[in-house]
Amino acid sequence: MSHIEIKNLTKQFEVKGDTITALNNISLSIERGEIYGIIGMSGAGKSTLVRSINFLEKPTDGQVLIDGVDLAGLRPVELRKKRSEIGMIFQNFNLLEQRNVLGNICFPMEIAGRNRQDAKAYARELLKTVGLEEKEKAYPSQLSGGQKQRVAIARALATDSKILLCDEATSALDPMTTKSILKLLKEINERFRITIVIITHQMSVVTEICQKVAIIDNGSLAEEGDVDKIFESPKSDAAKELIYEKKEGITPVRALKTSNQIRIVFKENSSYEPVIANAVLTLRKPLNILMADTRNVGGTARGEMILGLPEDEDSKKSFIAYFREKGLVVSEVIGDV
Amino acid sequence: MFDPKVAEMLLIGTKDTLYMTLVSTLFGYLLGLPFGVILNLTRKNGLHPNKIVYGIGDFICNIVRSIPFLILLILLIPFTRFIVGKSYGSTATIVPLVVCSAPYIARIVESSLNEVDEGVVEAAKAMGASTLQIIFKVLFVEARVSLFTGAVITTGLLLGYSAMSGTVGGGGLGDIAVRYGYYRWQADIMVVTVLLLIVIFQVIQNLGMYFSGRLDHRKKR
Ligand SMILES: Nc1ncnc2c1ncn2[C@@H]1O[C@H](COP(=O)(O)OP(=O)(O)OP(=O)(O)O)[C@@H](O)[C@H]1O
Ligand SMILES: [Mg+2]
Repeated sequence: MSHIEIKNLTKQFEVKGDTITALNNISLSIERGEIYGIIGMSGAGKSTLVRSINFLEKPTDGQVLIDGVDLAGLRPVELRKKRSEIGMIFQNFNLLEQRNVLGNICFPMEIAGRNRQDAKAYARELLKTVGLEEKEKAYPSQLSGGQKQRVAIARALATDSKILLCDEATSALDPMTTKSILKLLKEINERFRITIVIITHQMSVVTEICQKVAIIDNGSLAEEGDVDKIFESPKSDAAKELIYEKKEGITPVRALKTSNQIRIVFKENSSYEPVIANAVLTLRKPLNILMADTRNVGGTARGEMILGLPEDEDSKKSFIAYFREKGLVVSEVIGDV
Repeated sequence: MFDPKVAEMLLIGTKDTLYMTLVSTLFGYLLGLPFGVILNLTRKNGLHPNKIVYGIGDFICNIVRSIPFLILLILLIPFTRFIVGKSYGSTATIVPLVVCSAPYIARIVESSLNEVDEGVVEAAKAMGASTLQIIFKVLFVEARVSLFTGAVITTGLLLGYSAMSGTVGGGGLGDIAVRYGYYRWQADIMVVTVLLLIVIFQVIQNLGMYFSGRLDHRKKR
């Protein structure tokens, strides 16, 4: 049984007589202990989807099953109980400004009716887990963004949640802090066997820690599967767009106006051989490197390059054949990604 | 400066004024606070949106607030008599003060609660908090500075209104000011009552602001 199962989920909003379909017939299965990414452009419906998982948003159609239990069938009290077992963190942290760090972490336990002394002791333990022991008396206004998110994570774990939903949890943080928060999430996932659902619009977040990913485009599921597979050879346009143009501050490839672009992806073993140089030497044709990058995908280093090939079809084909022969994943970048 | 009789009268007047102000603030909140909470919950983006309930509450609020206090005072005479048995004196004044302040308080409470970050309310909901828990543990706590400041402002307002009720025999310092200052042209007594009112107002205001500052953990220290 999947830990979280979303079946044919549709969500519509009525706005001034208009019907907006935020989610259109989405089906997903998220397994226990997985780190699952949900990625898409702004307005794609990611937040609506993650809010459906704890029924903050009630689906117009379709089902959400947690451990096989259909949330729509729960009475209000049962639903609240269920929600208390699902932790959630947010882009804006959403900490109680008038409570200190310890008070914030105790909050969900108070709501669940846990005894104050126990709650405090457990909150201190969680503070250690997120590395903020010395801040227990601080108020949120005295913390940095990264520290606030650590408090929020501790708070989300306080009721022994088995699921952690993260809605753009690192979007308000700088790259270094993002890395450290992602590392913490990974640790928590391994230590407590918590299923983590990560909503983001940054591909780097997905490749950093997710095993599975779903790409949401305009309310529909564009593509879903293992991160490394999708990273190597994205099929849907939405996936390509997110993968090829993920870096801010780098000229988007399409702005270079070169046709005949290809993208190659290589794993660590193939990066020892000077593939590009050898290709040029073998085929005696020029090749233009438009972009090159390496990154960590699910724990292994992957290199990617976007190359501009010669205009004529023959040389183009021979380059592609050469790279394929060398075991690289090659995909064509359509002119208008 | 004054003979003991006048001094005693001023002392009693001060006590009456404080009594009217504080008791009517208290009862005003007893009615206005739940009223304001209901407005906050039933508004469009509230926890329990309900156009009808909100519409009725909103209407009552606006109607009562648009009647000038002195007119309300007179309109309510039969009601006041029904509640306290007489229509003059400081206890009787409390009735119109409460009726007048409750909708005003409801509005102030509503707007204080509306300021609470929706994200925080959402986070509480995601943790499985019930509506009551959200009201008491999130809304009241997060909005406490604004709620408290609102209460201080309301108290100041009711101090002024209680003095105004003096014109129709309401008791307290306002009553003294009207009787001596207006009917008998004893300016010295009137000036002293006005000074006393100013002092009381300042004390309420400054104490209030001092405490509201201490309540706030949002600013960096
Ligand atoms: N309460 C609502 N009422 C009306 N429309 C809504 C509501 N919530 C979301 N929508 C609409 O649903 C669509 C999806 O919104 P959603 O917030 O899920 O997007 P998102 O992928 O999270 O975007 P972002 O990356 O900007 O956060 C948008 O078109 C949005 O306008
Ligand atoms: Mg969103």
